[in-house]
Parts: sequence; structure tokens; C-alpha cells
Amino acid sequence: MIDVHLDGRPLRVAPGTTVAAALCLGGDGSSRTSVGGQRRAPFCGMGVCQECRVEIDGQRRLACQTLCQPGMRVETRP
Amino acid sequence: MSPAQARADVIVVGAGIVGSACAHELARRGLDVLVLDDRRGGATAVGMGHLVAMDDNPAELALSAWSLELWRHLAPDLDDASAYRNCGTLWLAADDVEMAAADAKRATLAAHGLDCQLLGARALATAEPALRDGLHGALRVAGDGILYAPNAAEWLLAKGGARIIRHAAQVVQVCGNLVRLADERWLRADAVVLANGIHAADLCPDLPLRPKKGHLLITDRYPGRIHHQLVELGYVTSAHASEGTSVAFNAQPRPTGQIFLGSSRQFDTLDRRVEGPVLARMLRRALDYLPGLAGLNAIRSWTGFRAASPDGLPLLGPHPGQPGLWLAVGHEGLGVTTAPASARLLAAQLFDERPPIDPTPYQPQRFPLAQSAVPAQEARP
Repeated sequence: MIDVHLDGRPLRVAPGTTVAAALCLGGDGSSRTSVGGQRRAPFCGMGVCQECRVEIDGQRRLACQTLCQPGMRVETRP
Repeated sequence: MSPAQARADVIVVGAGIVGSACAHELARRGLDVLVLDDRRGGATAVGMGHLVAMDDNPAELALSAWSLELWRHLAPDLDDASAYRNCGTLWLAADDVEMAAADAKRATLAAHGLDCQLLGARALATAEPALRDGLHGALRVAGDGILYAPNAAEWLLAKGGARIIRHAAQVVQVCGNLVRLADERWLRADAVVLANGIHAADLCPDLPLRPKKGHLLITDRYPGRIHHQLVELGYVTSAHASEGTSVAFNAQPRPTGQIFLGSSRQFDTLDRRVEGPVLARMLRRALDYLPGLAGLNAIRSWTGFRAASPDGLPLLGPHPGQPGLWLAVGHEGLGVTTAPASARLLAAQLFDERPPIDPTPYQPQRFPLAQSAVPAQEARP
């Protein structure tokens, strides 16, 4: 199993889990907050729609195109 | 079928930034305006929305400087969605030759009363730390800015209140002060203003408009990375090219924190597709100036078409061969900047007034335009 941090909380996931799946398992399913203040979540699941932009270890990444790695820090807020 | 008198004094074809500014100005003068737009979208929908003083020739500077002043007067009333920011432009000099060009530009703009100053290498690095080392300096033009043109166009139309009526309709033919819609109806008004950018050439094939394709790309939100609109001085060389494909570094800080990148120019294609090799060239150019872009996430790329005239100036005034038909087209990449002044120039000519700047350099009659485009007998209204 892999241990990651989601918005500061620990989360244990199976190897091969995408960050998009981890958002569902350990958070509200959302990846970010839009300019208009709405929570936004993964949509297309194949790296095209750009809805699942999320901060991973300080970099903006697509949650659906990124596999969880040990110690990874995922931030969905603000 | 006989033409119906539109319930308006003027019909404006095109609801982009230029058509909207024309409708706004005519409504402000007490005319009722019918705005027809087919929602195909043009340069307004896809462009950068950079408000920039351009000085390739005296007429371009006169129009852009006046128009920037008009935008600054409108700015306090613009809605949040129009996203106006007076961020200024930095024209970047990569070497001594470009620094000399920056100084020449400073002299030209200052002589026109614009607020600008040269920054040396150190001042530039302080103002924009994300730029690469080794740049020689920049010219800062303080009055330049940015806005979100689709929403600014909406705002201009809304400000016209009941005097401006909008219809989603496609105009398929114009003949002086008559227009034919896709449903075969003819409408008549005292004047028809063509302000539909590159699509105007479909209605008036004699208009000397050439599409110049451009690529654009926008990143995810990275607030505070850059602060001014950043443009390489080589942009002017790229913008002047009349053949081939050219790219130039142009980066804009969006109010959302996104970084908006241009620019490319390609001629005589109407293929909307993003072309990987052109986009790659444009991004490599951007990396030359902002190396930190390499680690950022781009979220969208798209293309658009500038409606370019042979001399780079818009066509503003009466069509010389078609009484009742007025033109406000050919703004190339500068329509958002020059829309308010273009509208003032057009309205002044419609009202037979002397405008604050000489309208001659922009008048359509400088080009050989056809005397008439009389409809075929069976279609004649």
C-alpha cells in the first residue's frame, strides 16, 4: 500500500491508484476551487478536459494522469 | 419581396468589439441600432485583449493612443467581467540594437504625450524577476492594459440600453443600406455598418482583407509570476512580415493568475486547427524569455484569424461604391485597442462632423473598391 497526504490528512491507497481516484477515496472528490469559488472535480478521466488540475508536491498536475507515489502531498484548496 | 424598414436607424453587422463599440457610440448619440451577429465568432472571441499603443506609422499611433484614452475613461464603469487592468506593457530588448529601438520608440511615444520610460537591465530584473538573465532592458508604456474583450463587447452593447437591439441572424448579402438575412428577408436602415471582421469579405469580396492566423495558449493559475504584458521588440518585425510564418514572444498576466501566451502569424489559411510545429516554435520563443514556463501546466491552446488590410490600418468610413454602406473592418490584431476610437471616427463621418484626428488615413476609398454589388435581378429587393 502507498501512503499519501490529501489536504494534510493521511490516506492509504493501493499501488496503481491515480490521484483522481484518491480524491474520491479520501476527500470530497474535488481537485480544486474555480475562480468563481466552485469546487471542481475530475470529468473526462483521460487528460483532456483539464478539470482535475490539482497541486501535487508544489506543482500543478492533472489528477487523472498521475499515479499516487509514496509520501506524495496533494492539495485541493483553496 | 420588398425590404422591411428595420426598427432602427442603423444596422450594425457584427457584435465583436468593433461592432459593439460602433453600436454603443451610435446609441450614445441618440440613434436606434439593430446589431446582427451570426455567432460564428471572430477575432474578439479568441484574441488576447491587449490594449497597446502601436506606432508603426503616425496614423496607427494617432488611432491607438486616442483609443487607449477612451478606454481609460470607460474603465471605471466597466464591469468586473470585462477584467480591465492597467498593467502596462514592457517592450523587451534582448541586445543593444533592440535597446536602441526601445529608445526610438520611447521618443516617438513621448512626443505623442504617452507616459513611458526606459528600464535598464537591473530595473527590468526587479520589475519582472521571472525573465531570463541577460536582457538589456525594456521600454515601459504605462497607459497600456488588458481586458477580456468578449465581455467588454457585451458591456458596450448593454450600456446602449433600449437603443440597441440584438438579433442572432446571419447576413448573407449587403447592398448599400440593405441587408439580406439567411431567411431571405431584406432589411433597410438609414445606414448599414459592416463590422464583422474577416467575415466582411464574404459580403463584400472587393474588401482587401487577408486572414492572418494566430496561435494562443493559456496556463493554469500561477498568480504573481509576471506583472506587465511582456512583448519582445522583435514582435514588430514579426507583425510586419507579409509572407511565411513568424512567431514572437508575448505574455500576459490574466487577473485569474493565468499566463496567456502568443504570438504567431501565418498567411492565407483558414484552417482552425492548432498546428503542433507552429505552437512549438511559439513556446520555444516564450521559453527564451521566461524559462520558468517549462514547469507550468498549459490548459488550452487555440487559434484565431486577424483581418489584415494591406497597409495595416483599418477601413473606417463610407464604402465609396455603395451609398449607405459603412465599413469598420480590417483591424488586424489591434481591434480591441482601437475599437472605441474607430467607433468615434465612424460616427463622426456618419454625422458629417470633423473628428479629433484626421480620418483620411483610415478611409476605405484609399483602396480600389467596386462601385456596386447590385443583387441579381431575381434577388433584387
